[in-house]
Amino acid sequence: MTLYVLRTLMKMALTMFVIISLVFFATRLSGSPLDTFLGDGLTQEDRDLMIEYFGLNGSIWEQYLRYLRGIVEGNFGLSFLERRPVAEIVAERIWPSFQLLLSALALTITLALPLGILAALYRTSWVGSAIMALAFVGYAVPNFVIATFMVLIFAFSLNWLPVVGNGTWAHFIMPTIAMSGVLIAALTRFTRNAMLDVLGQDFMRTARAKGLPETVVILKHGLRNAGVTVLSVLGLQIAGLAAAGNVVVEAIFSWPGIGELLVNSAITRDYPVLQFGVITVAGAVIVINALTDIAYAYADPRIRLGNA
Amino acid sequence: MAALSDTAPRRAVATLWIEANWIQRTATLLAIFLILAAVLAPLIAPFDPLKQSLISRLRPPIGFDRFKDGFLLGTDELGRDVLSRTLYGLRLTLGLALVGACIGLFIGGTLGLLAGLRRGWAEDVIMGAVDMQIAVPFTLVALLVLSILGSSLPVMICLLGVAYWEQYARIVRGEVRKVTEMPFIEAARASGGGPRYIALRHVLPNIVSPLVVQFTLSLSNIVILESTLSFLGLGVQPPTATLGSMVGYGRDYMPTAPWMVIAPAVAIILLTFSVQILGDWLRDRADVRLQGR
Repeated sequence: MTLYVLRTLMKMALTMFVIISLVFFATRLSGSPLDTFLGDGLTQEDRDLMIEYFGLNGSIWEQYLRYLRGIVEGNFGLSFLERRPVAEIVAERIWPSFQLLLSALALTITLALPLGILAALYRTSWVGSAIMALAFVGYAVPNFVIATFMVLIFAFSLNWLPVVGNGTWAHFIMPTIAMSGVLIAALTRFTRNAMLDVLGQDFMRTARAKGLPETVVILKHGLRNAGVTVLSVLGLQIAGLAAAGNVVVEAIFSWPGIGELLVNSAITRDYPVLQFGVITVAGAVIVINALTDIAYAYADPRIRLGNA
Repeated sequence: MAALSDTAPRRAVATLWIEANWIQRTATLLAIFLILAAVLAPLIAPFDPLKQSLISRLRPPIGFDRFKDGFLLGTDELGRDVLSRTLYGLRLTLGLALVGACIGLFIGGTLGLLAGLRRGWAEDVIMGAVDMQIAVPFTLVALLVLSILGSSLPVMICLLGVAYWEQYARIVRGEVRKVTEMPFIEAARASGGGPRYIALRHVLPNIVSPLVVQFTLSLSNIVILESTLSFLGLGVQPPTATLGSMVGYGRDYMPTAPWMVIAPAVAIILLTFSVQILGDWLRDRADVRLQGR
């Protein structure tokens, strides 16, 4: 088990390092990242001054080493636009993103788990088909289309909900739904499949045979065993989906979170912010994945007790 | 494997049609309709999608007040015909998605085949890259690349091409491992077949059906990715229309001219729906277990 944990952590560190390096070299693909930002109206001296100010002087390897050292020391560079440390800018955005993520996750879990269980139990009846059709819609419709139609109906036609910002609880409704769509679809499908796998097991028949009420059989014996799979999916798949959805949904609703920051800095070409933002989000996904892996291994006695 | 033993493709298609339920049949017809609309866009579009006409700006679709003859779905803020733009947008979106899916199939298929047949360090490197790709949400990669290289059709195509290669690689590797353990491969090897001959002649034909399924499913994912990037203003640049960018730019006019976003948004939904239904159907038929999406 220790070995497994160590290996997972090693893999996580390696992935992080590769991503940090790739992001660095990617931003240098088009020559100096400042070029597009500074424009033409500067004298050579001013230009050199700016290049030094943002630490972009020297060969690419010197820059790379400086960049890596900066990361170790917690110094991630300055924003081209705001001239403030990017860590500060990104840090301000974490809480709003986290709030939105939490509300989307809450909605996803409260809807997807019961729906998935129902879809497994009533697999052959119209209930199951209807739920799976709903999950299908969530998969096939991009979240920006859901968001656009919601804005059209609830904001512009009916005038019920606000569109921009995160001021009140009403501001949460549309972004949460737009972000949850694909998550609910994914989790419902996984819950259903995990439940179906469990429902056919021998211990379920035993539980019924010893006279337990059906709800206990389903919830205690069924859901508990399916739960491990569902949780691992939640960690592995949902983290990536949520990160991607977050970018789009925040940009649409001008939600002051990391996703909106990423899109804006991509459009204004503020590379230091974009660079650090990408590393932060990717890092969060990777850490969640690694933790899920370890938790899954811990829940599985074959790995926990074995020497794998 | 069952689908592969069918020697008469035409009869196989006929059986497929008979066994299909009404949803699958509708999806098939819808897909054919959309593909035809995309291919024939230059012929059937009533106007030039880029032609502006300031007199007929923001006209509503047929059946509303101020409707202007000929502009069936209305016009946008520059007086361009929404129907024509939607048709051309569909054409570009579908074309980009097809090319992207083919590139992904090629890259992922080749690497997966290599990983499955070669084993050793080649497999470690390839599967390491697969893990990496899974770990990082691709939207982030796309944001970074588009912001650095700027948005152009070649960049877009490359991005869409590498977006889902890892799914092909995983499937191909898994299938190759399964197939290579079968006796007929051993027989081919015993009768002196070289590795390339075995890979192309014996292994590849046996993993076609999961690849077809994956191709269809990733097609709709690529459509979604492309529309999303264009919607955010990072994809295909104006004045060229793709469905996503039409929704994105139309958003500013939503209160007064909702038809500008409704037409392309509905086209996106129809496209992803029909393709996904087809993909799911093929998956059920081929009974391949695909992981994840």
